[in-house]
Amino acid sequence: MILVAEGLRKLYGEFCALDGVSLGVGAGEFVSIIGPNGAGKSTLINILTGLTPPSAGTVRFKEREIHGLGPVGLARLGMARSFQLVHIFPDLTVLETLQAAVVARLGRGTRLFASLAGDRDVQREALEVAELFRLSDKRGALARHLPQGDKKLLDVASAFALRPEIILLDEPTSGVSTADKTAVMETLVEASKRIGLQAILQVEHDMDIVFAYSDRIIALHQGKVLADGPPSAIQADRYLIDTVIGRRARTH
Amino acid sequence: MTGPLVVAAAVVAIALAPLVASTYHVLLMLPFMAYAVVLLGLNLLLGYAGLVSFGHALFIGIGAYTGAFLTSHFKIRSLEVILIAAAALGALVAAPVGALCVRYVKIYFGMLTLAFGMVFYTFVLKFYRLTGGDEGTPFLRPSLLGRSLEAMPKTDYLVGPYYYYSLGVVVVATLCMWRIVHSPFGLCLKTIRDNPAKAETLGIGVTRFRFHAFVISAVYAAVGGALLGPPIGNVDPTLAYWTHSGNIVFMTLLGGFTSFFGPVVGAFVFIYLQNWVMSVVPYWRLIFGAILAAIVIFAPGGLLGLVRPGRAAVRAAGRRGAGAPPAESRP
Repeated sequence: MILVAEGLRKLYGEFCALDGVSLGVGAGEFVSIIGPNGAGKSTLINILTGLTPPSAGTVRFKEREIHGLGPVGLARLGMARSFQLVHIFPDLTVLETLQAAVVARLGRGTRLFASLAGDRDVQREALEVAELFRLSDKRGALARHLPQGDKKLLDVASAFALRPEIILLDEPTSGVSTADKTAVMETLVEASKRIGLQAILQVEHDMDIVFAYSDRIIALHQGKVLADGPPSAIQADRYLIDTVIGRRARTH
Repeated sequence: MTGPLVVAAAVVAIALAPLVASTYHVLLMLPFMAYAVVLLGLNLLLGYAGLVSFGHALFIGIGAYTGAFLTSHFKIRSLEVILIAAAALGALVAAPVGALCVRYVKIYFGMLTLAFGMVFYTFVLKFYRLTGGDEGTPFLRPSLLGRSLEAMPKTDYLVGPYYYYSLGVVVVATLCMWRIVHSPFGLCLKTIRDNPAKAETLGIGVTRFRFHAFVISAVYAAVGGALLGPPIGNVDPTLAYWTHSGNIVFMTLLGGFTSFFGPVVGAFVFIYLQNWVMSVVPYWRLIFGAILAAIVIFAPGGLLGLVRPGRAAVRAAGRRGAGAPPAESRP
């Protein structure tokens, strides 16, 4: 297992957002976390990515306890993430955003007098990622001027530009039109193959996407893991479907 | 190519000023050039790292007092040595101050820098035996590139060799800062300005980059402070007072912090406008306050934002709230 969480608990005052959650993500896996609103999905992602400390429990990434590493340390260790709400750099262009990720990955951020435009490695890698995510023709556009779907794609693309070993995606298709969701997911899968990504862990509400792309699904409900299994097993469990997904999803 | 041509034309015009302009106006160019250096550094912090310092007069004071001490107490007259010493002392003081301040953002950062500035102000005001208190310390005429120039009349010295020396420092400082903001370091600063949480997930150490930007800006302020000394001839605590910090923030806003040369233009307009307003009305601060309010309301991108609307103006408008980047909640 590349990422292992054991006994995660998160309290906000008296409210228990996560209650003893344990999970693992192995190399080559595409794992989806599902659950109704308030189940603790985003809290779980935030803890797994070092953004929020757990009240109890441990997270190990590549056999290393992540406590105290923080997002910067985790990014350097090979973990990337995207956010549920789009996180971009509004006043940077698409290309600058991707260059920033590449600069950070190559550890060249402290080069004070080096020319960014003259750094061929950074330029090449940033353009490659832009092409991979079909953002090449918008590379000169300010991120704030992009359509919502492209902003989301840029957020994810910048995470991919880190060439991580695992990526955690918090609702990668939220804000993307229904017609474009499959295209976004295909782009993600293609990009993950191209950069040699070992694992993807995503939180997703769109069950069509979840069932179509996941190797394994973890269902959360009221801060606890209700089920952890392949899509076929999740689909076959009517109680689970009713509890976690809702009746509308029976048709899947 | 328009931009480089305008900059080249401006440098040529500044170089020709002593030949065509009156001595009075040429003398006004000296503080402008000193403030240009200060503001290039301050804008690395404000425009590129998103931190507003209300205490940078501290570093201007350090630079000016370094020159005054070296020339008055240590008989060191070389301006090259003074500038290097000012830069080194500025960095030395900025390291602990910055290490504390950059852990905070927004108003908390501003207030902390203001507090440190006032600590220094009180120090130079009260330690009379060392600093001369409110009377200050003389900044004796420095030698330039090994030439003493003591025999030259003061005005000839200032509008001649010292003027071109200052211009040289401004050009070098500008070229260095241009490289810095167009380097990978500059790009990382911009990511932190726009969205620190996102920058961290990309592996960019927010606190570390802010600290480096703070120290660099302090070095620029100290060098600019040292350049301010010779025209004044006497360094006193008002250089380190908080209103001086406010003035340089004003200059930055006036010219526009969203463009590289905006603060430099702001310094130029501020100095000439202040000089003119002071000669016309006694309540010049009232007029300046009204101008600042008008800029914030009607031209958030500053003067250069009016000339070059678009990215700069949009960014400045964003800072006011419309489409602002995700805020950092930590005080």
